[in-house]
Parts: sequence; structure tokens; C-alpha cells
Amino acid sequence: MHKTISEKIISKHAGRELEAGDIAVVDVDVVMSQDGTGPLAVSQIKKMGFNKVKNPSKSIFFIDHAAPSPRSELSNAHIVLREFASQTGAVVSDVGEGVCHQILVESYSCPGDIIIGGDSHTCTSGALGAFATGMGSTDIAVGYALAKTWLMVPRTIRVNFNKRINKGVFAKDLIIYLIGKITSNGATYKALEFGGEVGNRLSMNDRFTISNMTVEAGAKTGIFPSDNITKEYLRSQGRLDCFKEISADKGAKYEKVIDIDCSVIEPMVCQPHTVDNTLPVSSMEKIMVNQVFIGTCTNGRFSDLKIAADILKSRKVASGVRLIVVPASKDIYLKTLKEGVLETLISSGAVVQSPGCGPCVGVHQGILGDGEVCLSTQNRNFKGRMGNPNSFIYLSSPATAAWSAVKGYIADPREVLG
Amino acid sequence: MFKNKKDQKIIIGSSFKFGDDISTDLIAPGRLFHLRSNLPELAKHVLEDADPGFAKKVKPGDFVVGGSNFGLGSSREHAPLVMKIAGVGAVLAKSFARIFFRNSINVGLPALICDTDKIDSGDILEIDLKKGIINNKTKNLKLKFNPLPEVMVKILNDGGLASHIARNKEFNL
Repeated sequence: MHKTISEKIISKHAGRELEAGDIAVVDVDVVMSQDGTGPLAVSQIKKMGFNKVKNPSKSIFFIDHAAPSPRSELSNAHIVLREFASQTGAVVSDVGEGVCHQILVESYSCPGDIIIGGDSHTCTSGALGAFATGMGSTDIAVGYALAKTWLMVPRTIRVNFNKRINKGVFAKDLIIYLIGKITSNGATYKALEFGGEVGNRLSMNDRFTISNMTVEAGAKTGIFPSDNITKEYLRSQGRLDCFKEISADKGAKYEKVIDIDCSVIEPMVCQPHTVDNTLPVSSMEKIMVNQVFIGTCTNGRFSDLKIAADILKSRKVASGVRLIVVPASKDIYLKTLKEGVLETLISSGAVVQSPGCGPCVGVHQGILGDGEVCLSTQNRNFKGRMGNPNSFIYLSSPATAAWSAVKGYIADPREVLG
Repeated sequence: MFKNKKDQKIIIGSSFKFGDDISTDLIAPGRLFHLRSNLPELAKHVLEDADPGFAKKVKPGDFVVGGSNFGLGSSREHAPLVMKIAGVGAVLAKSFARIFFRNSINVGLPALICDTDKIDSGDILEIDLKKGIINNKTKNLKLKFNPLPEVMVKILNDGGLASHIARNKEFNL
């Protein structure tokens, strides 16, 4: 049988040949949750009568959503995670280490793995050629206790990014364009598998951005084949040993194939209050911004902060605009610090906060006021997402965000990069 | 209202209609992140950002009726959990986001896929979970809902995933 990447990985973990539509109990390689979903997972593990985790070194609790904690209730939730981890030998990635999905790709996820996470953006690790998907706390609790889960093998939509990317256009624009095209439930229950001459050349950082947002089209996972680019990334992380090459078989069965001509894609924006409400920046009316946020598991990596700094160098954030920058991990924080990226950003007027989810989840570090507008590089703009249902969230690439911070309204980065 | 007999489960209640794309941020918002360790309190705010009065109006066994892509967004199981704690008997929609659907079954909240255009706010429904029939008593109309995959029926019948695993110490699907 000719298999998609998902069919290959799930078959291997089930110990039998499976195809799309089959349901199986499978072994999982990495299980994780964060401070919003972990405490409930811990109480479910206990409720099911377990007092240990099956595979402690690959059972991780991330403290990233409210880190450092802004409230005593959340500090107590953090204690629950630390105590459980210390009793079971599970790993805690504590305050300041960074966003779960970024730490997973830096240090844990390997091509061919099955990864389940108590966070919807777990699909980010799909960029490394893993089958990675988000689940709720009880599924994750079972994953911690048994290192197993049940899965339906998803049907796959193949997306080929073709031709070339124009200047000022980034991976974020490609995925926003795709979601606009297929809508927020266009891939529900499905896997998205990426390729094409542009897709195959994308850097790992670009692939992380794209895989990260596949859940915004409803997808179960968003997978890239693992190739030389994956290999070089893993080598740079000192994890070459976990590299293996994975790609779909020729003749694999796809539900459909979407070919995208990247040369027609412009800088894109998602408008309130859904991710599929997309528009090219060039077609937008003038939208003034109160806050710009550059960071998150979608776009808080070195290359994201670097392009923002390149744009903001010798310029100032517009008066009346707050620019918040959050590196996605400690490693990124240190690298941007050493290479002067943060200095440039801070000199231009940015506020830099400690690695983590930042204001994306609406818990702290930049909650919006009534009627305020934020342009963010995050993945989601639902009503209330950033802590206030009476505010408005637009999404874009870091370049669009940085240039908009200078202009004070949502602006086309080709004006400065063109 | 719940009627539990041996071989059937019938739920009778009133409908609360919502639109398309009801996100987990509308059901259990991030601004109330700190209440996740206090679920009864969080349940007092269920769906608050979609309908501010909902938590006060909903009675045990009532139904949340959405459009398409219900529950999109975050993996937070707290979303279906607080609906259940608030007394919601089942959630009905034309389609569900994947994680929300799975979480609902895991926590023992029936999530039923049907043509919700035929249901309005205030309609009294009688749902026979075993037979897969929704009787809209207000409109005198019978609707069918798609049967769940067999593994999910087993999990639901065991009272949710935690009970299923507690009983078997393993998957027994």
C-alpha cells in the first residue's frame, strides 16, 4: 500500500498496517501538557488510580501560559505540576524556559514520533516529520500513565506550495492565505501534508510557523516530510541521532491536493474574530493599532525577531503604540540578546518580556482595554482571546507587525522591504 | 431533565441557540484562566462571552445548540466540562472542532451532529441517545443525529475516558 506520512507513522506505532479511517490504540513517544491543562491531567491520573507516569523522561509539564504567575491561584496550579513531577520523575519546563511547542522542537520531538499534547498547537512538531496533535487533559492523563492513546488515522490533504515567494511575504502569509482559502474547518479531522518546490525549501522556522497554524483550519496535524533541512536543524540542536528520513510514498492516497501559486500571495492579515477572515494588507482600510505583539509559538523565533529588528533599526515605534516582544524560548532569548536584536528592538521602543506565551492567551503581560486593537504574530484572534471580549485582534507576520508598529496602523511591509 | 432507564437514556430540555464558530474562548475564556482550579466557579461563567445570561438561565438537561465548527480553538477540556457542570444535557451542532468533540465524549457530555437549522432557542427537545433521535416537541419534528464511532460509544457508556481507564487500567475499546 502507498502511504501518506500519517499512515506510515501511525501504522508503525500500532504495530500493524493501517490506512485512513482505521482506528487503533498506538504507543506515544512524547506526552506533554502546560499550566492550563496540566493540573486537570494530574487530577485525572490520580482519579484513574495511577501514581506514576510510564515514560518519565518524555512526560513533560510546561509552565508557560502564566509564567511568571500573575495570581496566587495560578501559582498554586504551578505547585501541583512541580510536586507531581518530582514524585514521578516527569520533567518540568519551568518559568522562563519558553513556550511548550518551541521547547518540544528544540529538545524532544523527532521525525516519526507520535506526540500528544494538552495544547491545540501541539501540531507545531509536525514540521519535523512527527505526527503531533493536541488533545484534552484526560487523553493526556492516559498518555502520561500508559504512554498510549487511541487515534483514527486521518485522511490527508496534500498542500503543495509552488513557484516562488515574493519579497515581504513570509511563511505566516502562506499559512494565513491557505486558511483563508480552505476556511477554519476546511481540514477538520484531516492531516495537512506539505510539499511543493517552495514548501520543500522552507527553513525549519518557516515550517514551524506553518505546522503551528494548521489547527486553525481544524487539522489534526500538519506534517512536513523530514529531509536535509530537518537533518541540519537537528544537528544544530545536538540531536542528529534522532533524525530519520520520512516522506509520503509516491501514489499515496490523498483526499485532495491543493496547489498554491505562492507568487500571487501578498502580505496577509486575519481580521477579527476568526482566523479565516483574511485579507491582503494592501486591500485593507487604515486600521490604527494600540498594541503590537511579536512572539508566541507561531512567530517568536530568532528569524522572526531578527526581521522585526531589521525593520525597526533606526526607527521608532509610533507614539501611542505599545510594542511587546516575547522570545519563544530561553535559547532564542539568549541568541537575540547576544546578536543585538533585543537591543535594537528596545531602542526602538519595544518592551521585551520573559520567554513564554506572553499576552496571547489573555492571562497577563498585555491584556487589551475596551475597544483597543492589537496586531499580533500569534495564531488565533477569537473574541476575548487576549483577555478582553471588547477588543479586536488582527494577525500577521512579524514583518507586517514591525512595520505597523512604526506606522501606527496596519501597514504593508513591502513599503520597507520591497 | 434526565431519564435514565436500563437500556436507554432520554434527555428532555430546552434549547439555547448559538451561531457558527463558538470558540473555546467564548465557552471558557482565558481571562478566567485562574478559575480552572475551581470548576464550579468557572461554570458560573460558561459561554458568558457569547450569551452573558446563559449560566443563570440554563437548567439541568437543557441543550446548547450551535451551528458549524462548534468548539474550535484551544484543547481546554474545561470547556465541555464546565458546560456539563452547569447542567447542559448535550451539545448539538452541524459540525464540531475535533478536540472539543473528543473532549466532550471523554467528560461524558454527549456531542451530537445534526441539522441544527431546524432548532430555535426555546424549543423543547427530547433526545433518545440510544436510538439516535431528537424529537423537537415545539416544532413537532423528528431529527436524526449521526451515530458516534464505536470506540466513543464505549467511552461514553463507561461514563467517560477516566472511568473507562480506571476500570480496565488499559484501553479496552
